[in-house]
Amino acid sequence: MEKAFIKKVQIGDAMDRVDARLKVSGAARYAAEYTLKSVVYGVLVTSTIAKGSIKEMDTRAAEKAPGVLAIINHKNAPKVPGHQAGTDNEGSRVYGQEFRLFYDNKIYHNDQPIALAIASTPEQAEHAASLIKVHYAQEKHQTNSKANTSNAITPARGKDYSRGTAYAFKNAPVNLELEYGTPIQVHNPMEPHATTAVWEGATKVTVYNKTQATKLSQQEIMKAFDLKEENVQAISPFVGGAFGSSSRVWPQEMAAIMGAKVTGKPVKVALKRDQVFNMVGYRPRSIQKIGIGATAEGILTGITHEAFTSTSQYEQFTERIVDPTKTLYNCPNLNTAYKLIPLDMSTPCWTRGPGETSGSFALESAMDELAYALNIDPLALRLKNYAPSDPEKNLPWSSNYLKECYQMGADRFGWNKRTPTPGSMRKDEWQVGMGMAAGIYKSERDAASAIATVLANGSVVVQSAVADVGPGSATIFTQIAADVLAMDVKQVTFEWGNSKLPKAPGQFGSHTTASVGSAIYEVCTLLKKKLQELAITMPNSELARAQQNDLVVEEGTVGLKNKQIQLSYADILKSHALPQVQVSTESKGGGPEQEKYSGKSFCANFVEVRVHSLTGEVRVNRVVSAVDCGRVVNKKTATSQVYGSITWGIGIALMEEAKLDHRYGRHLNNDLAEYHVPTCADVPPIEVLFVDKPDPVIDPMGAKGIGEIPLVGFSAAIANAVYHATGKRIRELPITPDKLL
Amino acid sequence: MRPFIYTPTSTVSAATQKLKANPHAKYLAGGTNLLDLMKEDVEKPTELVDITRLVLTEVKAITTGVNKGGITIGALGKNTDTANHPLIRQNFPLLTQSILAGASAQIRNMASNGGNLNQRTRCPYFYETSMPCNKREPGSGCGALEGINRMHAIFGWSQACVAVHPSDMCVALAALDAVVKVQGADGKERSIPFTDYHRLPGDTPQKDNTLNPGELITSIEIPINNFANTSYYLKVRDRASYAFALISVAAGVELEGTRIKQAKIALGGVAHKPWRALEAEKFLIGKEATEANFKQAAELEMKSAKPLEHNEFKIELGKRAITRALMQAMTGGKA
Repeated sequence: MEKAFIKKVQIGDAMDRVDARLKVSGAARYAAEYTLKSVVYGVLVTSTIAKGSIKEMDTRAAEKAPGVLAIINHKNAPKVPGHQAGTDNEGSRVYGQEFRLFYDNKIYHNDQPIALAIASTPEQAEHAASLIKVHYAQEKHQTNSKANTSNAITPARGKDYSRGTAYAFKNAPVNLELEYGTPIQVHNPMEPHATTAVWEGATKVTVYNKTQATKLSQQEIMKAFDLKEENVQAISPFVGGAFGSSSRVWPQEMAAIMGAKVTGKPVKVALKRDQVFNMVGYRPRSIQKIGIGATAEGILTGITHEAFTSTSQYEQFTERIVDPTKTLYNCPNLNTAYKLIPLDMSTPCWTRGPGETSGSFALESAMDELAYALNIDPLALRLKNYAPSDPEKNLPWSSNYLKECYQMGADRFGWNKRTPTPGSMRKDEWQVGMGMAAGIYKSERDAASAIATVLANGSVVVQSAVADVGPGSATIFTQIAADVLAMDVKQVTFEWGNSKLPKAPGQFGSHTTASVGSAIYEVCTLLKKKLQELAITMPNSELARAQQNDLVVEEGTVGLKNKQIQLSYADILKSHALPQVQVSTESKGGGPEQEKYSGKSFCANFVEVRVHSLTGEVRVNRVVSAVDCGRVVNKKTATSQVYGSITWGIGIALMEEAKLDHRYGRHLNNDLAEYHVPTCADVPPIEVLFVDKPDPVIDPMGAKGIGEIPLVGFSAAIANAVYHATGKRIRELPITPDKLL
Repeated sequence: MRPFIYTPTSTVSAATQKLKANPHAKYLAGGTNLLDLMKEDVEKPTELVDITRLVLTEVKAITTGVNKGGITIGALGKNTDTANHPLIRQNFPLLTQSILAGASAQIRNMASNGGNLNQRTRCPYFYETSMPCNKREPGSGCGALEGINRMHAIFGWSQACVAVHPSDMCVALAALDAVVKVQGADGKERSIPFTDYHRLPGDTPQKDNTLNPGELITSIEIPINNFANTSYYLKVRDRASYAFALISVAAGVELEGTRIKQAKIALGGVAHKPWRALEAEKFLIGKEATEANFKQAAELEMKSAKPLEHNEFKIELGKRAITRALMQAMTGGKA
């Protein structure tokens, strides 16, 4: 056999995805694709009113329909112990009383799940669901944020922020007071939410679900059904996009678990596209006021950011909408306020750049407006107000290459070719505009565990419960392990997406690489040391007299630096007669060292748009996105993360809007024909530039977060470019043609 | 979704007999709209008569008679094949452009020509069974009249219905003076001028067109014209692809020297049927093909528009779109 060793894969290489073949060949199985033996199908029936109660539910016809096994509703659903326990505001991630499926006859929002029809085939279940007749006692609902700002509340978990003098912008030589708005946006992952649940006896349940956090799924199900950790397993290796919408346990999981309990069979529940609009979270509508003031030279003297977002009547969902404002610029006087508007809607949920995305639209639009008021180039204004340290925490940055992002981005984009006057750049019938914006996003590290095992044949298995919802985490963790252990990447297998594996945080908040990557880096480093020890202590070892410091690992071997002796991992195990060697680690999150610094990722986005002078249609010509995400672990997957953010950013800026008819409190455009996301034709060439300098503090790889940062500020960059093209400032997204006529 | 009977057929007469026998049956061709509507519980046929095996797919030149030089298009031809047929690309580029502006490549590969004519409105109130819609449930009211009606009609609407016809292809066919050939269960054939095929809502918005019950479209005929090189299909939409028109314009300009002999203009996204811009057409006869004249024609046409709460922008957009489509037509709008 020829020597299998190819090239050592290193952190930073643009390695192909380890699961690419599985995904493109259809072999990767998603939550709705586990067809367990004797599985049956559940279809959720949802409410058609937004507020009130169920007076009567007639299920007789449905029960008699062909293939039907059970119709479950609030009257006959199995009791969920966690639902009886009352509100848990200590342990919950969202303040308030979580939605309790089939708990009582109350209706809190339109499209609320109120019954589950279970039948032998999906078609039979669907048909049975359509036969259920519901009579309601309807109450007057409120779903319009704008009309309900006077009912806004201060969230229990959120406080106003102030440094220096509040409202100082009012006394600035140049000041603006502006209002911005963003509509409800829906995650709309390609894969709708689905779960298959199966019980073993009365105390053990397994769910194949769509989750960003198998351990959180496990814990929430344990809590709800009062089960032991070892008796609840959440399995979710492949997720077809989630963007925050799979960071909680939702009705489809609860319904499948209850359905499986009632029928004694595995039950599969998949949501229909319209059901993902008001059942599994969404980005809430925002209404924002920004006051911004500067000296005539463009030095910021005051910013005030007041934001409202909507929430449900039963939970207070807060997001980080005013956070970028606190830290992006070096402004001495700054105050923020944040209020929630409770509506008869389901609870919103974290949505890629949750808060930062909406908040930065307001902040970065306002910076552009200020630049015009001052007659200063928008990029120059940002450079003048660069924050040399975190002005909120008063801490040095762990690393900050925002200035490099500005420079790289502007150079590549050709920002200096921009003529500042709005409407001054034109090509044929199209008005051309250039806009830019900056972004900032937290970069943190959480505790995570991992196990690494070297097997008798010298190959290595690394395990973590972490999810990979699409960013390529499984790939980069394979890569980190292969790098640390100096192995052929084909000899490394990474196992993930199962709650029985070592504990990992949820894949959200752009901290998976830093958290789980650190655990894998550490556990592989431990395994390397263990192999070095074993190489020294193996019988008749050629390295018996070596010190550990003399040894290197290379090409799957332990040996001397001069390569005169190289012992393969397989031989080391063989001579110790070991079937395998396993090590585990629990990597800590932000320790005392990290607490001395403020960790953030940064970006600068540059956009060129064209706006048709007659029809007002906006098309994006090109995008340059310059990102400081620390050291890039895999250029390919990191670049894809930027592509994803920019593509969504185009959608947010130009087309995405979930529309409700407030008379009914119900979504109108709840499908992918009417809720517009960018098509291929809407997405121009995107140039991605990485500073690619390691962060010395956050984790041993030098990586910072990448999943969300490019989206922060991006919609403002487009709005700013549209202003530059047309002289029209659109402060309410999306920027559709009718707003530009 | 309700249970239904599936009935394959292989001849026009067999198909029409099936429809005659069961008034709750529907023809199934590409299914790109009907199956969606069945899943949404909007269409509730008890039987689907599959007509996809009928031999009605041909595109051929008309070589004799008054329509010599024109073309006939089989009702079951796929939208994609029709758009890309060499005769159509060469002689009727307006039709090619309009088809390719609609839906997505995948849908066009499935969708039939006859089905394109018979597709139903995409008004969200029509789809949303928990809200009123006179088209879906006669007498229940119009949800859109005082609802979210940004996408809705500005011409020819009634208190009963403000929905628009969603097709792009039909807008071009209206401008091209096409004729719809249909056959009933009695074997009789009828020819319906395209502009009479779809109807305005009036008090009976549940009726989209003037087909008699059970009648089947067999083909569409398009007469030859002299504006293949001076025509253009403009579609203004919220995103670059796969979006229904805010407004679309099919425009053909026949010149005599520098003057306009006749202009054919139809608008999409503005009415319950493709809207022939007769006022604009009338004005342009004998005029110079200048931007100023196009603008004036557009102004005249939009004068009778009646906006709803959320679609007033369509009046200004319509003026601009008509002007732009005519200007583009003059630069030679080959597909």
